[in-house]
Amino acid sequence: MARIRTTVDGLVYEDDVEPRMLLVQYLRERLGKTGTVIGCDTSNCGACTVHLDGLSVKSCSVLAVQANGSEVLTIEGLERDGQLHPMQQAFHDNHALQCGYCTPGMIMQSIDLLGENPDPSEQEIREGIEGNLCRCTGYQNIVRAVQDAASKMKPGSAPAAESGAKQTVAGGGA
Amino acid sequence: MIPAQFDYVRPTTVDEALAALRDGGDDAKLLAGGQSLLPVLRLRMADPSLIIDLNGIPELKGVREEGDKVVVGSMTTHYDVTRDDTLRQHVALIQEATRTVADPQVRHKGTLGGALAHADPAGDLAAPALALDAEFVIAGPNGTRTVAAADFFEDYFTTAIGEGELLTEIRFPKYTGWGARYEKFNRVAQAWSIVAVAATVKVDGGTISEARIGLTNMAGTPVRARSVESALVGQSATEENVRKAAQAAAEGTSPTADADAGSDYREHLARVLTGRAVLAAAG
Repeated sequence: MARIRTTVDGLVYEDDVEPRMLLVQYLRERLGKTGTVIGCDTSNCGACTVHLDGLSVKSCSVLAVQANGSEVLTIEGLERDGQLHPMQQAFHDNHALQCGYCTPGMIMQSIDLLGENPDPSEQEIREGIEGNLCRCTGYQNIVRAVQDAASKMKPGSAPAAESGAKQTVAGGGA
Repeated sequence: MIPAQFDYVRPTTVDEALAALRDGGDDAKLLAGGQSLLPVLRLRMADPSLIIDLNGIPELKGVREEGDKVVVGSMTTHYDVTRDDTLRQHVALIQEATRTVADPQVRHKGTLGGALAHADPAGDLAAPALALDAEFVIAGPNGTRTVAAADFFEDYFTTAIGEGELLTEIRFPKYTGWGARYEKFNRVAQAWSIVAVAATVKVDGGTISEARIGLTNMAGTPVRARSVESALVGQSATEENVRKAAQAAAEGTSPTADADAGSDYREHLARVLTGRAVLAAAG
C-alpha cells in the first residue's frame, strides 16, 4: 500500500492505495466520482479524461499513486454555484450527445483545448479532440458545441463565462 | 482490466533510480510517461514485480543548449517538446514529428525518452532521431556512455540500453535554418503510422545543399534513406527533381506485411511520402 494525498475537485483526500490502482479506479471506486467513466480499457477512447495539474490525461493510463501531491479536476468539479460550466452548457444547448457515454471526456478535453487555443478553427477542434471517440453523433454537434463555448468563453465576454479558462479551472477551486 | 500486483518506488535522482534497478533485477521496469507501459500492464502482457517511476527526477526534464548541441532530458514530455523555442529554432524536425504522436492527452504524459527507449517500429520519434544524428546518453552502474542513433536502435522494441541502465538525455546537433517535415500515413486519427517519413533539408538559393531523411515502420528499426539524401544534394528543389530522387526511398528497407498494408504497398508509401516530405521541408 502507498499513502497518497490528492486534491480532487477542490477537496483534499488522503488514502492508502495499491500501487497498481489506476487513477480512474480511485476516482470511481474510492471517491465515488462515477461521472468519470471507463470506456475502452485500451487508452483509445478518452472517455476517462480528467485534468491532472491543469493538463488533460486519460485517467486509465495514470496510476493513482502518481497523482500523489497533485490536483485532479473531473467533470464533477466543473459546476460553480449551481451554474454549469460554459462548456457543459454548450454541450446541452447544441445537443452534442446521444448516448452520453463519451461526454465527460469530451467536455474535459474540449476545456483543455480552449485553454491552449481560445479561438480554434473547426479543423483545430477536430484535431484537439482526436483522442476522444464518439460512436453516436458523427462529431458534428460536438464541434458546434465547442465553437459555441469558445465564443462565450472569449476574453472580454461575461466574467462568469471566463471562469472556464484553463488557468482558472486548473486550480481545481482548491 | 487492471495490472497485476507490483511494488512501486519513485526515486528523486538518477543514482537512486540506478540503485533501484540494481536491487530490482530482471523483474524491475522503468515507468516514464506510461502511455505504452500502462496499457501493456493492464492487458497483462507484462507483469514486473517492481515499477520504478522516473517522474520524480527533475534532472531528467527540460531542454537546454550546450555549445553546438541541443540537449533534451529523457523525461521531457511530448507536450513540452512541441512548445520549446530552442527546439523550434534548431531541431524543428523532432517537433514536427512529436506533434503527430497519438493525441493531446497522451502527449501531455508521454515522454521523448520513453518513446525512444520503447522503440516501437511504428513509433514516430525514432526516425527523426536517426535522421538528425542524435546521440543517446545512457547512465548505468559504471557511469554514463553515449551511443549514436545509428547504433541505438537494434531491433523491434530493442535498443542499446542494457540491463541496469537508463536513458538520461538525447543530444541533437543544431540544424538552424533547415526546413523540416514529418509526413505520416495512417488509417484513422491517433492510429500508429503505417509508414511515415521524417525529412529535414538545407536549401541555399533554391538548391538543396544537405538532406537528412529517416523512415518510420519500414523495418524493425528506423532506416536512413541515404540514396535519396545523396541524390538530392546539389539539386534545385523542384517537384520533378524531388520526386525522381524519392524513387530510391525504399532501397535497403524490409517492411513488414500486416492487416494495414503489404510490404510492396509500404515501399510505395515510402517513395510517395518521401517526395511530399522533402518538398514541404524545402518549401
